[in-house]
Amino acid sequence: MADNNSGFFANPVVKWIEYRLPVFSTLDHMVGTQYPTPKNLNYWWNFGSLAGLCLVIQIVTGIVLVMHYTPHTLMAFDSVEHIMRDVNYGWLLRYMHANGASMFFIVVYIHIFRGLYFGSYKAPREILWFLGLIIFLLMMATAFMGYVLPWGQMSFWGATVITNLFSAIPVVGEPIVTWLWGGFAVDNPTLNRFFSLHYLLPFVIVGVVLLHILALHQHGSNNPLGIDTKGPQDRIPFHPYYTIKDAVGVGAFLIFFCFFLFYAPNFLGHPDNYIPANPLVTPAHIVPEWYFLPFYAILRSVPDKLGGVLLMFGAILILFLLPWLDTSKVRSAKFRPIYKQLFWVFLIACVGLTYAGGLPPEGLALVIGRVCTVYYFAHFLILMPLVGWFEKPLKLPASISEAVLKTEPGAAGSKA
Amino acid sequence: MAGTATQPAGTTEPTRRDFIVVAAGAFAAVGAAAAVWPFIHQMNPSADVLALSSTEVDLSQIAAGQSITILWRGKPVFVRHRTEAEIAQAQKDDTAALPDPAKDADRVKKPEWLVMMGVCTHLGCVPLGQQGDFGGWFCPCHGSHYDTSGRIRKGPAPANLPIPQYAFLTDTRIRIG
Repeated sequence: MADNNSGFFANPVVKWIEYRLPVFSTLDHMVGTQYPTPKNLNYWWNFGSLAGLCLVIQIVTGIVLVMHYTPHTLMAFDSVEHIMRDVNYGWLLRYMHANGASMFFIVVYIHIFRGLYFGSYKAPREILWFLGLIIFLLMMATAFMGYVLPWGQMSFWGATVITNLFSAIPVVGEPIVTWLWGGFAVDNPTLNRFFSLHYLLPFVIVGVVLLHILALHQHGSNNPLGIDTKGPQDRIPFHPYYTIKDAVGVGAFLIFFCFFLFYAPNFLGHPDNYIPANPLVTPAHIVPEWYFLPFYAILRSVPDKLGGVLLMFGAILILFLLPWLDTSKVRSAKFRPIYKQLFWVFLIACVGLTYAGGLPPEGLALVIGRVCTVYYFAHFLILMPLVGWFEKPLKLPASISEAVLKTEPGAAGSKA
Repeated sequence: MAGTATQPAGTTEPTRRDFIVVAAGAFAAVGAAAAVWPFIHQMNPSADVLALSSTEVDLSQIAAGQSITILWRGKPVFVRHRTEAEIAQAQKDDTAALPDPAKDADRVKKPEWLVMMGVCTHLGCVPLGQQGDFGGWFCPCHGSHYDTSGRIRKGPAPANLPIPQYAFLTDTRIRIG
């Protein structure tokens, strides 16, 4: 195999390396000409590679920020201001990192909802789905700990509230919280370990991403029709067809990113985090970053401490059961008239949770939060299994080629 | 499984070699677990954090109806000089429906001085004084209401505001811790 591949490349240097270390053929199989892809992928399939781009942006900006940041309660806040005011281009690098986190979550949420709509979690891609969820959990842990590092008011109180979630666990809850803190309150030991883990976890994510890609390549990408590719006529190589399509998406994404970066760099943040941490005063209204708001709304919808914590974690863990809760054999919502509508209701419920999570937990916001929480769980536990049983799916096309050519009469005629 | 070769076919009697394999494996597992412990325990509070600091508070400057907040072990402690009305209300509410039943008399050493942790038992925020539905403390984070004795009355918090260890050194001086 090494012989064949070293012959495949024209450049003699590449050939020499390939014969000894098959990196070029490995890349070619991963995202190159040797990765066969369904030929009908639409723009919703851009968000996987965009998520990869976000991870690279976060790691690169993060590494250079650490060259100027000091992880100590007495100096952390000032060192961030030093980055903003004194370090050359420090403001740009920090805003890239802070807004980049939000962009990463936007991209990953779209990526997840694309999977939900087109049934990408179904057999034989369950483990691919699990690995994606593990990446999502790691991202949440990383983002949470990163938000603590500037040591502003929201950093401190966010850390206090989130670590206190573990105190809801009966018996061992309090010792676990003390262990997480390294003391009797969020303090310097907490900041130091969060910094250590915030630096580590992105590289763990890189590892899981490689497994995610490995699992993806086992059965190939799903596609908007949700049917398997039947032969070479259904496929095109990833490179150059999807590398160029992804590049178009990268351009659009960077415009979106730069809008926030240069025109509204603090829009997605919270002004209270520009106040240094004060363990004696809790801000009047504490909220997490926007990407945690749906889960925060679920936590606050339950008037019981342990119940709220369990439901909040359950909201993510339930996604692991999705391949079995969804009883329909048809992947794509395109051919599922009832599920297609429920998908949008579910999306609205998630938006409702985000809205409710950002408001104080009283009055209408509490009602919206509770209604959406009930729907969130009913969607997975009741509707998904039942709809799979009772829904009559539309007729699936015989192959991707057939479906694609049918929409282009001219092309179909010339083939016939 | 070299030892099995000497055994008659069909017997499942464990051999000397099986014993060595299991014993060595178990020993290695215990050793690995013991080696992991320092890596876990390093995250627990260090000796300097554990060295219990105690704080003395002078009460003579706190008039009735005033409170002060002091920092003890990284957490706020409320010291409130309660008014007669607050004491009366707190004692009257001993018989109310309390999620975490406690008598006001058990929560104070002297009725006019309420000393308690200023840390909400829900998720650790600092409640605001003299607010909420019961004239005591109100936590702005998730809406827990505490009464004039610091007992939880309404909201998601499961327990009353805890009372730290403290002692009266003189009539106007306490030591916390």
